[in-house]
Amino acid sequence: MENLINIFVKSVFIDNMIFAYFLGMCSYLAVSKTVKTSVGLGIAVIFVLGITVPVDYLIENYLLKEGALLWLSPQLADVDLSFLTFIMFIAVIASMVQLVEMVIEKFSPALYSSLGIFLPLIAVNCAILGGSLFMQERQYNSIIEATSFGLGSGVGWFLAIVGIAAIREKIRYSSIPAPLRGLGITFIITGLMGIAFMSFMGIKL
Amino acid sequence: MGDREPLFSTKNIKLLKEPLGTNNPITVQVLGICSALAITVKLKPSIVMAISVVAVTAFSNVIISLLRNYIPPRIRIIVQLTVIATMVILVDQILKAFAYDVSKQLSVFVGLIITNCIIMGRLEAFALGNRPWPSFLDGVGNGAGYGIILIIVAFFRELLGSGTIYGYPVLEKIGLYKTGYVNNGLMILPPMALITVGIIIWVQRSKNQDLIETH
Repeated sequence: MENLINIFVKSVFIDNMIFAYFLGMCSYLAVSKTVKTSVGLGIAVIFVLGITVPVDYLIENYLLKEGALLWLSPQLADVDLSFLTFIMFIAVIASMVQLVEMVIEKFSPALYSSLGIFLPLIAVNCAILGGSLFMQERQYNSIIEATSFGLGSGVGWFLAIVGIAAIREKIRYSSIPAPLRGLGITFIITGLMGIAFMSFMGIKL
Repeated sequence: MGDREPLFSTKNIKLLKEPLGTNNPITVQVLGICSALAITVKLKPSIVMAISVVAVTAFSNVIISLLRNYIPPRIRIIVQLTVIATMVILVDQILKAFAYDVSKQLSVFVGLIITNCIIMGRLEAFALGNRPWPSFLDGVGNGAGYGIILIIVAFFRELLGSGTIYGYPVLEKIGLYKTGYVNNGLMILPPMALITVGIIIWVQRSKNQDLIETH
């Protein structure tokens, strides 16, 4: 249990998707103009990361890894399909996003109308594929750990986008040098927020 | 067809040159920032990354452009993703075979070329409606426009952060350390990549006033 909380906290603060790895920057910059829309996108990202990371964990361990096909028949013990990783992960993500979209539409029309346009965008959000690839690289021991990592990364992304959106709403009233307006200042503020987040690095987990 | 236009007509040259400056994918179109800033600590991985992105954009542009009349519009996204993923797998396997240490440094970021918005964006905006040769040039141009920003950022981060250029200890050779100069450790940390890009945008926009945003 303690281990799970550690993984969660670590992926929210220390290995934050935006500030430490710049993943999902495109939608982060494009959608962070108002707090309301960024909350919507943030929740959608938590949701999708929380589902795709464990699914990709299963695919990685029962299909792609060297010897992962052992459960089918002993002859397949040295089959290594890991070169298919990218294409499998991206296919899983695209289809999961589609599926999640349909399920939400059926069971919670209210949530669907608030997330609606963001869900399809998420299929090409680097944070989602990045989550799965980091999961593969870091070799989590169980599917529960992988889920905890996925949810944590989502929450970290959510915090980052809501934070920058709040700052951008306020900064509209400040006088910024003209060439820095818009994109330039957003980059610099993200950098400063990143430096603030680096103070979590000293925490040993 | 009528009369064929020459391979390097003015129009085609423009396709190649525009993304390097006034229509740069990173600083103007705001695409594809995601996958790459984390690897700009050193010049070498950045150059490898830039070449990989140029290769993937150019060739997936050509493939989609060749297939453009056969792809049903409804499933075009998944077709595009498959083509991109295949190209990225090729790049990844080549890197693993010929430049293993760089491939280890780049870790997951080679895979993340798949979700690099520049590639998807160019396929959607250009390759689906143009012939293979212009698409190839467009791909090379946009890949290079992206690569050039990576290389500029990496140049400054490596020079100021580690005092080297492409692994060569420049500052030590010119004897700067003897005067009491110390490397700026902050430049190696991830947030400085963002701030460096912010400054590049600042410089570019103050030179080219047309690009300035009005909130």
